[in-house]
Amino acid sequence: MRLNCPHCGPRDRREFYYYGSADYLNRPAADAALQAWDDYLHNRDNPAGVTQDLWYHEQGCTAWLKVKRNTVTHEILSVEPVAGGAA
Amino acid sequence: MRYSGLKVITEGLFGNKGWRPAWRDPAPKAEYDAIIIGGGGHGLSTAYYLAKNHGMTNIAVLEKGYLGSGNIGRNTTIVRANYFLPGNSEFYSHSLKLWEGLEGELNYNVMHSQRGLINLFHSDGQRDAFVRRGNSMINQGDDAILLDREGVREHLPYLDFDNTRFPIYGGLLHPRGGTARHDAVAWGYARGADKRGVDLIQNCEVTGIDVENGRVIGVQTTRGAIRAKKVGIVVAGRSSQVAAMAGMRLPIESHILQAFVTEGLKPVINHVVSFGMGHFYISQSDKGGLVFGGDLDFYASYAARGNLPMVEHVMEAGMTLMPMIGRAKVLRSWGGIMDMSPDGSPIIDKTHIDGLFIDCGWNYGGFKAVPASGWCMAHLMATGESHAVARRFKLNRFATGHILDEEGTGSQHNLH
Repeated sequence: MRLNCPHCGPRDRREFYYYGSADYLNRPAADAALQAWDDYLHNRDNPAGVTQDLWYHEQGCTAWLKVKRNTVTHEILSVEPVAGGAA
Repeated sequence: MRYSGLKVITEGLFGNKGWRPAWRDPAPKAEYDAIIIGGGGHGLSTAYYLAKNHGMTNIAVLEKGYLGSGNIGRNTTIVRANYFLPGNSEFYSHSLKLWEGLEGELNYNVMHSQRGLINLFHSDGQRDAFVRRGNSMINQGDDAILLDREGVREHLPYLDFDNTRFPIYGGLLHPRGGTARHDAVAWGYARGADKRGVDLIQNCEVTGIDVENGRVIGVQTTRGAIRAKKVGIVVAGRSSQVAAMAGMRLPIESHILQAFVTEGLKPVINHVVSFGMGHFYISQSDKGGLVFGGDLDFYASYAARGNLPMVEHVMEAGMTLMPMIGRAKVLRSWGGIMDMSPDGSPIIDKTHIDGLFIDCGWNYGGFKAVPASGWCMAHLMATGESHAVARRFKLNRFATGHILDEEGTGSQHNLH
């Protein structure tokens, strides 16, 4: 599997660290309800199909990337930088 | 039909004409007392114990493919009770006791082989941790023996003891640990459940869960609607999809885990050997193939096949630990879909919908749990209460903070 890093071009999977679902970009407010924090940290759609998740180009440009890909076919649909370095 | 050595001999003498199918192939009825979604190891053992322990025989197992076609049909077959945390320890201890009586119980040869499991350690700190783990196992009533370096050498003379990065300091031997024949476990439970009247319905995919006024009333399937007041979801890697049919979002992320089998060799590895620092473990099947695996590929996936970097990593770890296996040829590999929970421990619990229960989150260790998972899920579905040995496997424990983090790495999806 290769990810097409917007800064470095196509790079081997080994260069990247998988952090988890792009749900992590939607951080609840500090005073949000417990349920919102539980959903943010633990509960997942976990789709069999197209998903969005966060990868860190650890051995490359060290950018955080939002990757859209298919969990069934390994197909990578898009890779874009996480705006503002959230997550 | 009861299986026995005498039966095998007499059938052999008379052309094997007397064998009958091990279970029926019934059409689904319009209504059951309970439905179990998923005809894998855990679903079949749940059905078996619902019938046997709780007298619930008007029940059905719905399987979208054929029985035992998921992770029970492809795994590395390790059976052990070497857990540390209260909550896990008593559960796996119960499971191992059920394993030890399983062949008599099911009248089925599951080839349970207690050949001993050795977890290696490579530093003083790791030894201390293993001493604690061993004491915890002994306190639970199971067995653990601390081996020093020479003790390990007596059992496993073929290891590279002086590896520069991970010299072997010793190991924790769990003599009652071992392996079993994975398919036979599913088939044995299936046959036992069928014999007690359970309908095992194959090629029957659940497409919807019907809920009315907060109560489950049945399911929609590719073979029509089926009513039931109790429904159990026991579908491992596909838990999120099935739970979504009831509007639930689970604390589960499905990941890929690869494993490998070599050509058949003469007996060479007599134990289950686990090399945690290299994320590598290995045993030898009764057919002679070396069965081994490593860690997750570490990204959410339903592809049922992994990537080459992890293949390379597993091979490297194997060669580091036991260079002798380098000449064995790998015959095949596969990737299983693991229902990973944030803390690495399972869930056997009620849901917010009355009558709907869930058994999931087996991570990469569901095989050894098959007997106790079914036992406890059956108890929960029959009585509405968690079984004593599964009382901490709560669905809401991530919200309440009662996590069961055996590895001590944290409660987050990419950490186990």
